Amino acid sequence: MALDRWIALIFLVISLIYGYAAFNYPLLPFERGMAFLPNTQPMALSALGMVVALIILFSPKARSDDEGGDGIDLAQLRQFKIGQTLGLVAAMVLYALLLRPIGFLAATSLFIAGCSMVLGERKFHVLIPIALVTAVAIWYLVQETLGIYMRPWPWFINN
Amino acid sequence: MFEGIVAGLSTALSVQNLIMVVAGCLIGTFIGMLPGLGPMSIIAIMIPVAISIGDPAAALIMLAGVYYGAIFGGSTSSILINAPGVAGTVATSFDGYPMARKGQAGKALAVAAVSSFAGGTVGAVLLFGFAPALATVALLFHSAEYFALMVVGLSAIAAFAGTGKVAKALLMTVVGLMMATVGESALFNAPRFTMGIQDLQSGFSFITLAMAMFALPEAFHMVLDPKRGDRGQQSGGEIKDLMITRKEAKAIAPVIGRQSLQGFLIGVMPGAGATIASFLGYAVERNIAKGEDQEQFGKGSIKGLAAPETANNAACTGSFVPLLTLGIPGSGTTAILLGALIALNVDPGPRLMIDRPDIFWAVIVSMYLGNVVLLILNLPLIPYIAKVLAVPRNYLIPFILFFTLMGSYIGQNNATELLILVGLGVCATIMRFADYPLAPLLIGFILGGMLEDNFARAVNITDGVSFMWQRPGTLILLLIGVTLIFLPAWRRRRAFARQRAQVRKEGVADGD
Repeated sequence: MALDRWIALIFLVISLIYGYAAFNYPLLPFERGMAFLPNTQPMALSALGMVVALIILFSPKARSDDEGGDGIDLAQLRQFKIGQTLGLVAAMVLYALLLRPIGFLAATSLFIAGCSMVLGERKFHVLIPIALVTAVAIWYLVQETLGIYMRPWPWFINN
Repeated sequence: MFEGIVAGLSTALSVQNLIMVVAGCLIGTFIGMLPGLGPMSIIAIMIPVAISIGDPAAALIMLAGVYYGAIFGGSTSSILINAPGVAGTVATSFDGYPMARKGQAGKALAVAAVSSFAGGTVGAVLLFGFAPALATVALLFHSAEYFALMVVGLSAIAAFAGTGKVAKALLMTVVGLMMATVGESALFNAPRFTMGIQDLQSGFSFITLAMAMFALPEAFHMVLDPKRGDRGQQSGGEIKDLMITRKEAKAIAPVIGRQSLQGFLIGVMPGAGATIASFLGYAVERNIAKGEDQEQFGKGSIKGLAAPETANNAACTGSFVPLLTLGIPGSGTTAILLGALIALNVDPGPRLMIDRPDIFWAVIVSMYLGNVVLLILNLPLIPYIAKVLAVPRNYLIPFILFFTLMGSYIGQNNATELLILVGLGVCATIMRFADYPLAPLLIGFILGGMLEDNFARAVNITDGVSFMWQRPGTLILLLIGVTLIFLPAWRRRRAFARQRAQVRKEGVADGD
């Protein structure tokens, strides 16, 4: 089965779960008499979602499907750098988890340096200064120009 | 109306806002030039900055500048290295790159800038006329018509998604609408569908969603497929000789005239934006051209360059008409702008012109200023800005990722938001591989709340759904919406049946 049909199947399941949640939505006593309920539109949406997902699942594959669009060829999948991409995703997740504990400056310079290394950069004498300067510059911009507080230092330095 | 225009002029011409236009255009050009980063990603990244400005007029002026700059930057990279940063400028590379290969890069850039300027100018003049007229009509609308209008807008976006994509676009719209129901809303008493997650109490953040749908998939795609990032790296040559001769000016003048009108009208229609306008503009001009002129198309024709450039800028301006008058975005980019407006406490819609004339007119005036800035400031700077194309990918991609993370974090100050961003971004990348269009999801998400509000109001007034057929305006709009959805499906079915009939070769009559 083609990838787009798998996705349609997943959305079908999501629509079913969403519809179930909407159907069993705990209405407040006084809400029951109203014409428009909090779950009116959700129920309609889940029905619509199921219908459209089924249409995609069972519609015959037209020839034009192969050509158009962004020109992403799934046959090339093996040439794709999936490892690098997963590495970047992991870096982003780590950044999200570490931003608060180790502070903005450390997290950001590690993130930029780490991502560049994942992409194959090995010139550390360029990489490290760029990462550090970026972290400080962005922190200064956000803090001073935009006036948004971000804790720069790790948790053990009280600031 | 006149006082409004004066108020808008004085707002737009204030020093602060002039700086905003210039800054927006420069930033937009700068980033728009990077291959793979479209205006939607750039605007999504710029929104936190715009919101923190606080003044809605200034913020919107800057974002509009970024939008124009990004389109212009996209044409620059199309011409110089045959790598369009933006879908709307793909048609530009058809003739722009061959011109650059012939050593006419400077001329090609000048033609692109002049045609963009002309397209934008005509667009702005038409906007002056169109927007107030449409806003006046829209003031007569009730919640029922609004509901119907949003249905039309959403179905048009699905219908224009392209062959074989209508159902997918529709599914994405529905998913966007579903995501809009998560969290608290003004209508009801308790948060819905939060799955017990505290951070979803206030719903998905629109900035996070915009980043996850546009910026992240583009960045991931550049990593996955390195060829995409640096295809056509061989530069089209040195940039010099920006002058256009009188003969060339004469040749492109009628093209510019036709395409600015056509582009604007296409831009006004929901769902059909700069991309369709530029391709259609190119196709129409190629058909109109005769003999040798037509032969030149695709080999460096100056007309073939002027057509898409004029059309895409005029369409960008046109796409502001539904945004400013109806509060309904016709494209992904205007959807992001709408989200920014809402975040700035501006209620877009027909009342915008009456309640906040300064914003309404200031935006229209500064769109024009944006075009002027692009022509007189950006064009001479292009040889220097083009240096950004030399930024190595190993640094470019980490920065893009970092800015998406930052944008989403600044908006919410919440680390969970970043995890949601990454998760949605990965899903969006996979969906993009399966050819699911992502803009409808965002448009559905942004319109979802308004759709439900108006739906609820209409239902409460008539105590049921009878408003759908009792109000003629609503009925007509809803019928248009349904037709828009079923027309492509019906045509596709017919084409499919015809194909099969031809395969069988049993002499079945063709069509009906």
